[in-house]
Amino acid sequence: MSIFVDQSTRLLVQGITGREGQFHTRQCLDYGSRIVAGVTPGKGGTAVSGIPVFNTVRAAVAATAANASMIFVPPTFAADAICEAADGGVQLIICITEGIPVLDMLMVKNYLTLTKARLIGPNCPGIISPGLCKAGIMPGAIHRPGGPIGVVSRSGTLTYEVVHQLTRQGIGQTTCLGIGGDPVIGTSFIDCLEAFEQDSSTSGVVMVGEIGGHAEEDAAVYVKGNMAKPVVGFVAGLTAPPGRRMGHAGAIVSGGRGTAQGKIAAMRSGGIHVCEDLGSLGEFCKEIFSRA
Amino acid sequence: MKIHEYQAKELFRRYAVPVPQGGTAATVDEALVVAEAIHAYPLVVKAQIHAGGRGRGGGVKFAANRDELQQAAGEILGMTLVTPQTGPEGRLVRRVLIEQAAEIRQELYLSLLPDRATATIVIMASSAGGMAIEETAATLPASIIKVSVNPLQGLQPHHIRQLLFGLDIAPDRMKEWSALFSSLYRLFVENDCLLLEINPLVITGSGSPLAVDAKIDLDGNALFRHPDLRKYLDSNEEDAIEARAREYNLNYIKLSGNVGNMVNGAGLAMATMDIIKKTGAEPANFLDVGGGATAEMVEKGFEIIASDQNVTGIFINIFGGILRCDVLASGIVEAVKKTGVAVPLVIRMEGTNVEQGRKILAESGLRLTIAVDLADAAAKVAEMVA
Repeated sequence: MSIFVDQSTRLLVQGITGREGQFHTRQCLDYGSRIVAGVTPGKGGTAVSGIPVFNTVRAAVAATAANASMIFVPPTFAADAICEAADGGVQLIICITEGIPVLDMLMVKNYLTLTKARLIGPNCPGIISPGLCKAGIMPGAIHRPGGPIGVVSRSGTLTYEVVHQLTRQGIGQTTCLGIGGDPVIGTSFIDCLEAFEQDSSTSGVVMVGEIGGHAEEDAAVYVKGNMAKPVVGFVAGLTAPPGRRMGHAGAIVSGGRGTAQGKIAAMRSGGIHVCEDLGSLGEFCKEIFSRA
Repeated sequence: MKIHEYQAKELFRRYAVPVPQGGTAATVDEALVVAEAIHAYPLVVKAQIHAGGRGRGGGVKFAANRDELQQAAGEILGMTLVTPQTGPEGRLVRRVLIEQAAEIRQELYLSLLPDRATATIVIMASSAGGMAIEETAATLPASIIKVSVNPLQGLQPHHIRQLLFGLDIAPDRMKEWSALFSSLYRLFVENDCLLLEINPLVITGSGSPLAVDAKIDLDGNALFRHPDLRKYLDSNEEDAIEARAREYNLNYIKLSGNVGNMVNGAGLAMATMDIIKKTGAEPANFLDVGGGATAEMVEKGFEIIASDQNVTGIFINIFGGILRCDVLASGIVEAVKKTGVAVPLVIRMEGTNVEQGRKILAESGLRLTIAVDLADAAAKVAEMVA
């Protein structure tokens, strides 16, 4: 029915007592997500929106059997929070925080390979399986439950735009997630494409990329060799000047590499149906997915 | 965060990485004082700006004596230096670095940078120094040595051996060069660098290393643990509007087109620029007011784009989501009234309370074009710029 999160997801929120943490805990609860615990060091024993707060992830997991964590901790402490979640036995970690130092993320990413935890993000809007679980900051109402399309993106509001267009075309979604706009992130495009390919309720995927790095190129190779389901692609940043970071820390064309043009070409040669006009992406998806 | 060559060399000295003797000057008189102190011609005078390719633009000059030094410093200080990296408008040179010219036996290339895909720190070295690494990769790929270091483990002796033997360092000098590689790795990690590049890294006549050039980019997100590095921020090297935007926590990049635009979220902002280009116009900027933008940030953002003299039309594209469209619309109306902007405006917004938001815009009495979706917005922007 979905990938990574569903009705069995028992969420804990790290940084639940902060402004963002409180607000989005409320939003996720209103959507119907099962939030079972919060963690803020020093605030153990209190509650936010009726959710018990613990001092450590370990204590929260022991008391509530939480199996996923959503992190709103400030960038200074976020790398530590991710590792604490992994050590505490949480299997899925969704880090919303923007601005974590690159070297911290290099350490975290290598550390996580020693654990069983999956990290989504950082610097991402989170993940939603419409109708089942929202673990992120995206507006729930733009989504349409029931599938059959998966959406994976490096961006936030651009993902909302894409999802909104799908919904307006009457195309529902199984799971939509942002994997993050930072240079070093946990879950990759390929991880998500693989999961969508295996998910029986997903019949096609929309993949939204942007300039910088070569994740889209790698994904294109993966799609060519491993995916039977149709993939629609979009890449932002055709007009981005080289050498400048376009808002996201990872969105930079350097030394002529990581351009939108190069990514679009690679995705096309991998068999991905690339749409270059964002305004008509919804119609484009309808056309491609109805063929399958 | 880019820093100047002379600042990077300050860091090098702190880590005992050998650099030429030298000092900086902001005037010709100061340059003469620095030269006097070094007292060993020939000297080299190097423009200090945040862009590479300085030599090609006339920003690096040699001086064999005092007269030549005076002339070189006079020519470079105050010049508008145009290099392949500055763009055609160039950069004003406010400071020069004066150094003793190196005695060069061979020029090498060395850099350290994080590799996003493998989550390692990659050290790249090549015996083809003085050339851009992209060029070396294209013409002499076999000369490039690439060592990937897992940051949890750090630089190991076998990494160093790969560099020593790969670069053909003389056996009696290996100790000295090993120390150099260790120091550079420590510098990179301890200061949260995103790039450390020495090109050329010189082998002197006696076989010792000497960092003739130095380029460092620091991670702005890590400055909280390096208060001492904040002093390296040079606001003169930034566009004035970009600096102001940063104070408001807005991501603004000035471009050369005429359609100003404001968007919430970096991905959508890039996509919006692409839409402007498709209509036949050019984006005047990139402006991301943030995925969680408030009405106040929208107002500030509007001020910023309206202050660009090249702007002949504005396109606002906000996907509200959690930010309510009625709040957003009030913010836009406020901002337009306050700045008294005279250019046409296309607004597209989506999200919670969008109908109320559109009503506020329609009833504002302002000359605004409201688009219902992105396709409609693109058509209206095309009309605006036609």
